Amino acid sequence: MTVHKKSGWKDIPKGGLIVEPGNSEKYETGSWRSVRPVRDDNKCTHCLICWVYCPDSSIIVEDGKIKDIDYAHCKGCGICAAECPVNAITMKNESEFRAEKGEKK
Amino acid sequence: MTKKNLVAITGNDAAAYAIKQINPDVMAAYPITPQTALVQKFSEYVADGLVNTEFVTVESEHSAMSACVGAAAAGGRVMTATAANGLALMFEIVYIAASSKLPIVMPVVNRALSGPINIHCDHSDSMAARDSGWIQIYSENAQEAYDNIIQAIKIAENMKVRLPVMVMYDGFITSHGIEVVDFLDDKVVSEFIGDYKPNYPLLDTEKPLTYGPLDLYDFYFEHKRQQAEDIKNSKPIILDVAREFKNISGREYSLFESYKLEDAETAIVALSSTAGTAKTVVDELRDEGKKVGLLKPRVFRPFPYNELAEALSHLKAVAILDRSDSFGAFGGPVFTEIRSAMIEYGKMPENINIIYGLGGRDINQQDLKNIYAQLDKIVETGNVKDRIQYYGVRE
Repeated sequence: MTVHKKSGWKDIPKGGLIVEPGNSEKYETGSWRSVRPVRDDNKCTHCLICWVYCPDSSIIVEDGKIKDIDYAHCKGCGICAAECPVNAITMKNESEFRAEKGEKK
Repeated sequence: MTKKNLVAITGNDAAAYAIKQINPDVMAAYPITPQTALVQKFSEYVADGLVNTEFVTVESEHSAMSACVGAAAAGGRVMTATAANGLALMFEIVYIAASSKLPIVMPVVNRALSGPINIHCDHSDSMAARDSGWIQIYSENAQEAYDNIIQAIKIAENMKVRLPVMVMYDGFITSHGIEVVDFLDDKVVSEFIGDYKPNYPLLDTEKPLTYGPLDLYDFYFEHKRQQAEDIKNSKPIILDVAREFKNISGREYSLFESYKLEDAETAIVALSSTAGTAKTVVDELRDEGKKVGLLKPRVFRPFPYNELAEALSHLKAVAILDRSDSFGAFGGPVFTEIRSAMIEYGKMPENINIIYGLGGRDINQQDLKNIYAQLDKIVETGNVKDRIQYYGVRE
């Protein structure tokens, strides 16, 4: 049973059960973010302290380097920006990004 | 089936005996007042090693139902029992048991909710839980309590239902009164209910899953809609189970019982033990040549509105009795639902609501005769003076 956002009552598991383990990854929880972290690649030293502190595993790392931020799950708590030792992350108001295309909420 | 195993026993002990024969995996219960002797009796069976049940004595009724929810989600056959304020204290988790589709079976010994403090019979406790999503079955006497508890297991655990069931019987009148009960053999009961097959057991580590997640405006409504459908669809299953139960017991059950109703001109609708008293009154009045009858609802949830309205449709007048009030409503819960059902059906005999017996105030045969006499007067004059009456209260 695949559950979509628009699934009707006949097409979802009964009792509110989640029968597909680990599916929270598919549930986008970044929609209520009001400010977002923006990383300056020129300043970033890839020390990974933000990755350690992020409570939502939203710092995407590849080959030991920070590649991106997962805005589908980042809630804009600002911990990464506060912890960054070189101030490479700034929190920007979400309204600045409304016009951006092709980006998940 | 022909062999009788008659025992003189209290309603509570009969209910405890049913639970002994069911032999649930887990029973979690709060052991003292407002609990009744049912749980005490069952704990003796546990202590004597006559059942395999894990008996969890918890510190409150809220914890009792919480433990039941956990055990049922884990994959066990789970029971508990309660009464009155105990049910009220459980309330939060009573809803969660139903919404999580856990087939817990719980005898509820009907007693008045405080306050002021009272321990005697009325239906205010279970009627307060009528919208919780549990199936509700009311029992007239100890025999019916025993029979309904056994049937409740099979109803709750049916894969098309998978809902918790409350089985009610009247506090003190049935719970503490001694009656003759015909018990089934242990083997007959265990074969009737069969082995329990959990649907989504948490302990199945091969299929990990989550019970009770956050379910906001995006899916909660859909889950409530499912509950509405599932309890509605339990009606034919309840009837199937009754038919199967007749095969092993010879005793007949349906959604409600009609007693000399078919050719009656006036009738009383009454739940549980009052219906027993009313049968005697019907017999006496019939001997006097009066065409009176009785309808005793058994399954209150799902509410068999169409069947009830049809069964009452030929009457000239009906008195609908409520042993609880719905303060500020147009009558008690049984009245409002039956009246609404009759309107939908399109044939509504003249009707009155008798709210009676609150806090255990007795209702006797003369009282019921008075009520039938009131119906006669309504038929004779065509006038209803007092639609909603508090019968037996001191003015």
